[in-house]
Amino acid sequence: MIDLTGILTEDQIALRQLIHDFLAKEVVPYAAEWDRDAIFPMETYKKGCEIGLNALELPAEYGGVGLSALDLAIAMEEVCWADAGFGATLGAHGLGMKPLLIAGSEAQRKHFAEIVLDKKGLSAFALTEPNAGSDAGATATTARRVGNEYVINGRKCFCTNAEYADIFTVFATVDKSLGIKGITAFTVDRDTPGLTVGKHEDKMGQRSSVTNDVVFEDMVVSESQRIGDEGKGFKIAMQTLDRGRAGAAASAAGVGRAALEHCVKYAKERCTMGKPIIEHQAVQIMLADMATAVETSRQIGWYVARLIDAGNLKEAAKVGAMSKCYATDALMKTCTDAVQIMGGYGYSKEYPVEKLFRDAKLFQIFEGTNQIQRTVIASALKREY
Amino acid sequence: MNILVCVKQVPDTTEIRIDPVTNTLIRAGVPSIVNPFDAYALEMSLRLKEAVGGTVIVLSMGPEQAKNALKECLAIGADKAYLCSDRAFGGSDTLATSYILSRAIKALEAANGTFDVIFCGKQAIDGDTAQVGPEIAEHLHIPQVTYAVETSLCENSIRVKREVEDGFELVSVSCPCLITVTKPKFDPRYPTIRSRMAANRAEIPVLTSADLDIALSYAGLKGSPTKVSKTFTPSLKQGGIRISEETGIGCAKELVRLLTERKII
Repeated sequence: MIDLTGILTEDQIALRQLIHDFLAKEVVPYAAEWDRDAIFPMETYKKGCEIGLNALELPAEYGGVGLSALDLAIAMEEVCWADAGFGATLGAHGLGMKPLLIAGSEAQRKHFAEIVLDKKGLSAFALTEPNAGSDAGATATTARRVGNEYVINGRKCFCTNAEYADIFTVFATVDKSLGIKGITAFTVDRDTPGLTVGKHEDKMGQRSSVTNDVVFEDMVVSESQRIGDEGKGFKIAMQTLDRGRAGAAASAAGVGRAALEHCVKYAKERCTMGKPIIEHQAVQIMLADMATAVETSRQIGWYVARLIDAGNLKEAAKVGAMSKCYATDALMKTCTDAVQIMGGYGYSKEYPVEKLFRDAKLFQIFEGTNQIQRTVIASALKREY
Repeated sequence: MNILVCVKQVPDTTEIRIDPVTNTLIRAGVPSIVNPFDAYALEMSLRLKEAVGGTVIVLSMGPEQAKNALKECLAIGADKAYLCSDRAFGGSDTLATSYILSRAIKALEAANGTFDVIFCGKQAIDGDTAQVGPEIAEHLHIPQVTYAVETSLCENSIRVKREVEDGFELVSVSCPCLITVTKPKFDPRYPTIRSRMAANRAEIPVLTSADLDIALSYAGLKGSPTKVSKTFTPSLKQGGIRISEETGIGCAKELVRLLTERKII
C-alpha cells in the first residue's frame, strides 16, 4: 500500500492497514466464487462484525467505532478494492443506519446498536419502488395513521441486504397528495408481521450482495418507530444519501485500484513484439489514465468527506454529486480499459477484471443515477450564481 | 498467571527483494510486521490467559519504530508493552540480544513479579536462527520447551504439545519456564478496529541501558561474537526431473534420450 505517513493520521493508517489485511485474507481469495455463484458471504460478514465492520459509523457512545466520513471513505476504498459486492453490503447497511443517526430517537439508536453489536446484525434502506426511483416523491407505499400506530402497505424494490437484514429503514407516505412532504421514515424490525422479503435480483455484478423486493401488507408499526417527524422522510433520505456520497467515490477508487493492480502486473509480464506490453506507449497511456482516475476519484471522495465532517452539508451535497458521477464514470472507463489491456484474458471469466467491469456498472446506477447527479449539480449552480 | 511474550518487528518477507550489488535486503518501502511466530506466541498466551486469568506483557527490542509492532500486540489483547531500545544495543547478535532481553525481563520482574511463563516465537523470519528464545532461558536459568503448538495449565506446571520431526511430544514443565512457539492449528485473532485505534494512544515505556542492571560489554556489536564475513544470494537451483518409467531399462533409455536431446552425450 502507498505510504501516506504525514497525510493520514496514525489512526487512519492503522484503520486502513487493518481493514486491508482482513479483506486480503478473508475476502479476496473467495470473491470470484461468491461472484460466480451469487453467494452472500454471511460467515465472512459475521467475522467482519467481530472487528467492527458493521459498526463503522455507529458513534462510540453507542459502542460503535465512530468513524468520521473521511475515515469511512478510507475504509470503503479498501473494502471495495477487495470486493465491490461486499462493499455494497456494508454501504447499504450504512444507509440503513444513517437515518437513525440523523433523526432517530435515543431509544431507536440504542435498539439499532443492540442489533448491530450483539446480534452482528445487518440493516437495509428501503426507499426505491418500482415506480419511484430517482423520483422518490412518487413513493406509493402508504403509512396510514390509526391512533398511536401506522399501517404500512406497499412494495419496495432493489433493496440491498433485504434478504438477510435484521432491521429496515422504510420510507412511506402519510399523504400522497403532499408529494415529497408526505414521506415519512420508520425503523422496522425484520420479524414485524406483514413484512415479506420477495424476489432476489440476479444481478450483472456486485453479486455477493443481495438485492430484493420487500412487500408490506398491513404492517403495523408504532409511533415510536417513526424516525423524526411526519413528512420529514424525504429530507432524511436525501441527507442520508448526501452523507453516503463520499463513500461512492472512495468505493469507485477501490474497485479501480484493483483493476489497475491487475493490469500493471499483467502488462509487466505479458510480452508482445519482444517486450512486456507495459513498454508499449499505447498501453502506458491507458495505464496512466487509469492510475490518474483512481487518484482523482480518491481525492474528490476525501474532499467530500472533509466537507461532511466540517458540517458543510450544502457544499457536500453539490460536490458529492460531482464526486459520485465523476468517480463512477471514471471507474467504468478504467474497467473498460482494464479489459482492453488484458485483451482476450480480460474478457475471460477466468481472470479477475471481467468481474470488475460488471461490478463497475452498478456504481453509475445506484444511489441516484449519474444523470440525476448532474441535475443536482446544475440546480446547485443555478442557486449559486 | 503472569505471562511475558517476546516479539520482534521484522520486514514482511513476502515482499522482500535483495539488492544484487550489495547482496543485502532492500528494506526501503518494505512494510514491517510482527514476526509471525511471535504472533502465534501472543495468541497462545492470550488463550492461556483466557483459560486461567492473569496478565500478558509484551517486550520487544529494537528502534523506536518497533513500537508499531507492540501497538499491534496491544490491539490484539496484550495488557502492557515495553520496548527495549538504546544505541548501545545496536548490532547485537543473538547472544547479545538474548542477554539484553534477559536483563530487561529481570527489570520487569522487579516491578511486576516473576513471570510464570515467557513465550517466544520459535524464530524470527528475517534471521531464522531460532536461538534467542532458548538463550533467554539459559540466561535466566529457567527450563525451556521449544516448538510448542499447544499449552495448558495443569496444576503448577504447563503441559506443552511440541512438534518434533515425526509427530508430537507431550511434555510437562514447571513454572517459571520459557516456551517457544511454532505454527499451531489456530491463527492469531484480528484486533478490533476500536482496539487497534486505542493502541495508538497507549503509552509504551522504553527501557534503556540506564534502566537495566546490565554489563554493556555483553551488549551491542562488542558483545556479539558473531561476525558476518560475507553475504551473498545463493543461486536458485532448478528443480530436477524424475524419470519414472516402468522398468530399469526404460528409465535408462529415457535418460539417454534426454541427455542426447540436450547434446550432453
